Amino acid sequence: MAETVTVTGNERPKKKKKEHEFILTAKKLLKNKLAVIGLIIIILQVGMAIFAPMMTSHDPVKQNLAASELPIFSEGHWLGTDNYGRDVWSRIVFGSRISLVVGIVAVSLGLLGGVTLGLLGGYYKKLDGIIMRIVDLLFSFPGILLAMLIIAVLGTSLINVAIAISIWSIPACARIVRGSVLSIKEKEYIMAMKSVGASDLRIMFKHILPNCFAPIIVFATMRMATAILSTAALSYLGLGAQPPTPEWGAMISQGQAFMWSSPHLTIIPGIAIMLTVFAFNVVGDGLRDAIDPNMDV
Amino acid sequence: MIGMIIRRFFQLIFLLFGISFLVFSSMYLAPGDPASMIGGPTASESDIEAIRENLGLNEPFLTQYASYVGGLVQGDLGYSYQTRQSVSEAIAVRLPNTLKLAIASMIVAIIIGILAGLISALKHNSWLDVGSTTFALAGISIPNFWMGAVLILVFAVNLQWLPVGGMSSPWYTIEGMKELILPAITLGTGAAAMIARMTRSSMLEVIRADYVRTARAKGVKESSVIWIHTLKNAMIPVLTVIGVNFGSLLGGTIITEKVFAINGVGRLMIDAIAARDFPMVQGSVLLVATLFVLVNLIVDIVYTYVDPRIKYQ
Repeated sequence: MAETVTVTGNERPKKKKKEHEFILTAKKLLKNKLAVIGLIIIILQVGMAIFAPMMTSHDPVKQNLAASELPIFSEGHWLGTDNYGRDVWSRIVFGSRISLVVGIVAVSLGLLGGVTLGLLGGYYKKLDGIIMRIVDLLFSFPGILLAMLIIAVLGTSLINVAIAISIWSIPACARIVRGSVLSIKEKEYIMAMKSVGASDLRIMFKHILPNCFAPIIVFATMRMATAILSTAALSYLGLGAQPPTPEWGAMISQGQAFMWSSPHLTIIPGIAIMLTVFAFNVVGDGLRDAIDPNMDV
Repeated sequence: MIGMIIRRFFQLIFLLFGISFLVFSSMYLAPGDPASMIGGPTASESDIEAIRENLGLNEPFLTQYASYVGGLVQGDLGYSYQTRQSVSEAIAVRLPNTLKLAIASMIVAIIIGILAGLISALKHNSWLDVGSTTFALAGISIPNFWMGAVLILVFAVNLQWLPVGGMSSPWYTIEGMKELILPAITLGTGAAAMIARMTRSSMLEVIRADYVRTARAKGVKESSVIWIHTLKNAMIPVLTVIGVNFGSLLGGTIITEKVFAINGVGRLMIDAIAARDFPMVQGSVLLVATLFVLVNLIVDIVYTYVDPRIKYQ
């Protein structure tokens, strides 16, 4: 009887505390006006990406040379058309799918690599030296240069861009996770787990990793901004999306040749990138402030 | 201090070996046969074999790497598959443009960033602060290649005040400076935003410090409090951001060179990647990474002068 009381007594407050922390963070985040604006933009963009076919009646890659370079607010094409007569609005809508998917894939792969390396480096002292030297080596390249080196090896495509950005994200993520692991593994409850014979894997994934979530979530949100911006930049350089894929960076690159006659072909995709990157940046900032303003991400 | 510099110098040598190994092995693993690329579609099997033998491509990986490093030490980066031009020469011709762009952008970033951050901190919570903070947020969200295109549209195409692109005149001439303005603003804005954010938060922190209050209580002039007591100490974290960003600017030149059709190392690299000209890619990546590491080392050394509290173990 006494045992049952102790167990329920232990579990209930823990659950309550977790909910409480989550709600508290959410409340703090929602008090931040910029973060709320960012959240709204992200929700709208995700909705736009999911329901893309319903948002437009035009095919984003279908050419119609009879209606090329129509200005904005033209009949049937409220954002105009490009030099091949493709509807700019539908290219923007479908482009949001590409940006989000590439961003999510790149950040997820980067987290997978970074968290694994960070956990191993932080937990096993013997591995730490080697892992951190690899991280230092990757850090000795400016990010975009590392991505370009990887694309030079793998070839130009959107999938390779995602892989390149993910590898670029690994060192930063590994350092953040390692830092958290180093401080958490000295805590008494980890010592207690060790003393009762818990396996290393169990301690790492069940007891240390969940406590590193806060910096990881903030990092992932801010990294989405970097990933979307870099995907656009690499596609602009001709190293990512290839024509006729409706990718925002590639749209700017194609539109630049018609900047004199149709500036909207350059300006509109730029605004789309800017809003998305801005949204992820302010939500990331807001999350950091809500969780811990002194967090080093 | 000297011990630290010597230690860092040895670390740098190891790091440079690591970088060259990573770059060389990446290119080694890349699909495609260099000998067939050089020979072209008309080359016979025996021609290709002769090229392979000549370039030492039949040698084991480590032998090839050792001979590449041997060349590197003597400043020989190999020959382009595409043009047969010496990679070192091709880079040497373009490097001044890249450095000019990076330095000019850094100057723009420091001036705009520190000014915006200072105004923001000194006029805390005013509309100037809001404006400056918004600029900083926009600065890190705007794609610089897009901003470059918009600047060209406004200042080169519509107003015709500045040239559309290119960089052929010496920097100290009026023409040369005009050519630098738009690319430097394009590349410098992102870094300016980071510097502004750091200057603002650092100033706000220092301005509330006890010793600043003491200075005011002693009756020190407000201008002396700001310029001598506050700014000097607030600049230490800003210097870190400046250092980190200078390295990133070197990477950023790649995109800006493409936007403004500047004949620099970045554009050379993009063209080489598109043509799968591996020695050229290898050489230019190696150079930019080396510069990046060197800049970071110099920044680290400068820190110890600026802030004697920093000790490198």
